[in-house]
Amino acid sequence: MREISAEEIRAAVRDLSIEANINLGADVVAAFEAALEKEASPVARDILEKLLLNARIAKEENIPICQDTGLAVVFIELGQEVLVVGQDLSEAVNHGVRMGYEEGYLRKSACHCFTRTNTGDNTPAIIHVDIVPGDRVKIILAPKGGGSENMSRVTMLTPAAGREGVMDFVVNRVKDAGPNPCPPTIVGVGIGGTFERAALLAKKSLLRPLGRPNPEPEFAELEREMLTRINSLGIGPQGLGGTTTSLAVHLEVMPCHIASLPVAVNIQCHAARHKEMVL
Amino acid sequence: MYIKEQKAMKEPVRLSTPLTDDAVKALSIGDSVVISGYIYTGRDAAHKRLVELIDRREPLPFDLEGAVIYYVGPSPAPPGRVIGAAGPTTSYRMDAYAPRLIELGLKGMIGKGARSREVRDAMVAHSAVYFAAIGGAGALMARSIKEAEVIAWEELGPEAVRRLLVEDFPLTVVNDVHGRDLYEEGVKRYQKKVS
Repeated sequence: MREISAEEIRAAVRDLSIEANINLGADVVAAFEAALEKEASPVARDILEKLLLNARIAKEENIPICQDTGLAVVFIELGQEVLVVGQDLSEAVNHGVRMGYEEGYLRKSACHCFTRTNTGDNTPAIIHVDIVPGDRVKIILAPKGGGSENMSRVTMLTPAAGREGVMDFVVNRVKDAGPNPCPPTIVGVGIGGTFERAALLAKKSLLRPLGRPNPEPEFAELEREMLTRINSLGIGPQGLGGTTTSLAVHLEVMPCHIASLPVAVNIQCHAARHKEMVL
Repeated sequence: MYIKEQKAMKEPVRLSTPLTDDAVKALSIGDSVVISGYIYTGRDAAHKRLVELIDRREPLPFDLEGAVIYYVGPSPAPPGRVIGAAGPTTSYRMDAYAPRLIELGLKGMIGKGARSREVRDAMVAHSAVYFAAIGGAGALMARSIKEAEVIAWEELGPEAVRRLLVEDFPLTVVNDVHGRDLYEEGVKRYQKKVS
């Protein structure tokens, strides 16, 4: 067994929390630039230019891209030959989030569901752990804002709904969300599994480098068709009209029950933040 | 492939707070505006408390007459800065409260996303407007904020009511006093039928 100290995990989570919120990924910046070339509306082009400027200001002045620095969603791929020593894993992650959100001047957005009293330190983090082969630990930190999360949905279609039913559900979700989730968005879609697995697939699809297609040609084609329909809705950046409503559709797919066709749509705002580290 | 329209952007309308009825009535959807002066922050929790105070006929933490409320929960100010990132939050969550404030003199709201029929009707009836700021551009918006002071409910943290001094705060008019809506009209222009 390889030993990894909880302190290393804490420090990694702290650094990733800050890094993810301040430095927008190069893939997202490239997608803004590509959209700027194609966008038909002058108002929309002006917004895309301002989003590029915003990313530059955040990086230069060391402040968050967006004030909603999210709940800290943390994916951990834990090698089965790793022994975490010094603190339990989830406490180490929460400890790292606590440090990162305090030291990085990030907004604490976690609260009690009814009294709305803020927990004060942005914990508990939303932690997903996968046990994988090997002796390494991969930590992915993906802060998720409330505006786009609120526009996300899970549904259980009948198998008869098929490919067209999934297409309509996804496109209509983006249409109904309109300007609310801060377009241009990235549309994460999970198809199959169970009720909760579909949602997790949708969320995980957002971790893929922006615009990289699904490896299966059948699903890559469905991603392209969905994106074309979404960008024909006219919603555009910030919902003020335009041809860039979404930058990409990412599908993650798995088999499901013979009675079911679960579909989840997890909408990601243009502040698509995730950073990772391998220990 | 779409044809790129090369229309130049119009010069922004300059506004200062508190807003007058005349200034508000002169605005139309799609106008770019820059606002200077004091504005107030408030989001979910603060709106709930404002309306509770109104119900109990108690004084509010700021004068609503001509006021502009910015729906924002900023990130904390790092040392040497006035405020952290400060872009708008989604406005529909304030729709349940906004008509009450508009009736009492609120003239402007700043946020992102569509408003309810009730809020739009109240804007027409009492001459108020709704402006969109660029959602997710928190670092950019913070540049126009020159002072920030918590004036009520500090315990709400990011949701506390702050008085902000803004200079040339860049916005777009989304709902005007004529009942028009830029989200509806802007989207129609770029909608395309897909076979």
